[in-house]
Amino acid sequence: MTSRTVLFDKHIESGAKMVDFHGWEMPINYGSQIEEHHAVRQDAGMFDVSHMTIVDVKGADAKPFLRYLLANNVGKLKTPGKALYTGMLTDDGGVVDDLIVYFFDEQNYRLVVNSATREKDLAWMGSKSDGFAVTLTERPEYSMIAVQGPKAIEKVATLLTDEENALTAGMKPFFGVQAGKLFIATTGYTGEAGYEIIVNENDCADLWQRLLDAGVKPCGLGARDTLRLEGGLNLYGQDMDETVSPLAANMGWTIAWKPEDRDFVGRAALTKQRADGTDKLVGLVMKEKGVLRTGQKVIVEGGEGVITSGTFSPTLGHSIALARVPASTGDTAEVEMRKKTIAVDVIKPCFVRQGQKVF
Amino acid sequence: MSNIPAELKYAASHEWVRNEGDGTFTIGITEHAQGLLGDMVFVELPDVGDNLAQGEDCAVAESVKAASDIYAPLTGEVVAVNEELEDQPELVNSDAFGDGWMYKIKAEDVSELDGLLTADGYKDIVDED
Repeated sequence: MTSRTVLFDKHIESGAKMVDFHGWEMPINYGSQIEEHHAVRQDAGMFDVSHMTIVDVKGADAKPFLRYLLANNVGKLKTPGKALYTGMLTDDGGVVDDLIVYFFDEQNYRLVVNSATREKDLAWMGSKSDGFAVTLTERPEYSMIAVQGPKAIEKVATLLTDEENALTAGMKPFFGVQAGKLFIATTGYTGEAGYEIIVNENDCADLWQRLLDAGVKPCGLGARDTLRLEGGLNLYGQDMDETVSPLAANMGWTIAWKPEDRDFVGRAALTKQRADGTDKLVGLVMKEKGVLRTGQKVIVEGGEGVITSGTFSPTLGHSIALARVPASTGDTAEVEMRKKTIAVDVIKPCFVRQGQKVF
Repeated sequence: MSNIPAELKYAASHEWVRNEGDGTFTIGITEHAQGLLGDMVFVELPDVGDNLAQGEDCAVAESVKAASDIYAPLTGEVVAVNEELEDQPELVNSDAFGDGWMYKIKAEDVSELDGLLTADGYKDIVDED
């Protein structure tokens, strides 16, 4: 039995092709995922991300609990509304999930975690909360729409009241604010400017329709994947999971090693991984015809790795991939494709930001 | 429901064949097939002059989703390829039975055509997908 978001009927109205995404019936595209991709890079597109899981963490120990639970340090968050991207690790230093945490005050935070990992995340958070005075409350009554692209913010602004616009005006990246009925955050998963908007499920279809009327193009999971991959943004379950160190998944920057006396879940294992060395996540660029695909073998001097996410980049017009390879990997590698082996360039794992090539 | 023109012949592997009446046959992939593959990003075609055997893989349609082999529905020599697909692979999506054609073949044995599916026969295969 699959679940549907409250926008199911709106997707069908817009001609969506629906697929089963980890138990949710979600739009893969509304005709052409490449056109949807370009809409986000050049104008404004929107995604139904209502399947994602929102968990509010409240209580006297909310801050110490999250400082313990998460590899990044919520102690850095001082300004109400400020958000942080972080991994939640296993005791062995693998990745349970990646998530965004919003700070409201030291007894009040909001987490947005992946939908595919909902149950294990909730169980994990619960199991680690023993001894902390916190309550974890899932908020299934909230839906979420991501509006992304260079025109996203101005198009959303046309729908807001003066008061709501005053609250969101000039918001820096990675902030969220409650503006009337909407929780509006400058976050996303595309490498473009834009918002992720949390709204009560009863108001969600109306918001979606008003965004459509404002010229925001509905975009499916297909475009979401090519956009996030161009942006060098990891997909949980593909680019990392519980068997992978965050250090081998380009998440080293999300680990707050200091202060050194902060004990967090996975710290001891992570410290050992860092001393021993790990593989690394890199970007691959292939200019020849063909498309790098997830799971293909990558051959480098003295070893081999694997493509964790491969696709065709609509913005660049050629194939790109994320790959996990030995730390010694240099500037080139070879990929075993269908019937042939092809040379590729190895770069940092980021390809496109704000519509521009970045390598 | 996708379009399946009655005047064409089909292979179970989702190629269509149009008899041009001069011993040559135009070949492409069906609207149903392009829908399964999604947005096309590269199409690798055979070379003019290639001799193909019926059932041989001779082209590749690479979409955002997957790379898919295309098989020769008839034995013969390739006499033309659709060079437009080099720059506009999306023609396969927008006009699978028209501008999205892939190559033309001069058939060696026209009787092979009788072994291909009619529109009705192909529809049964699509319905099972």
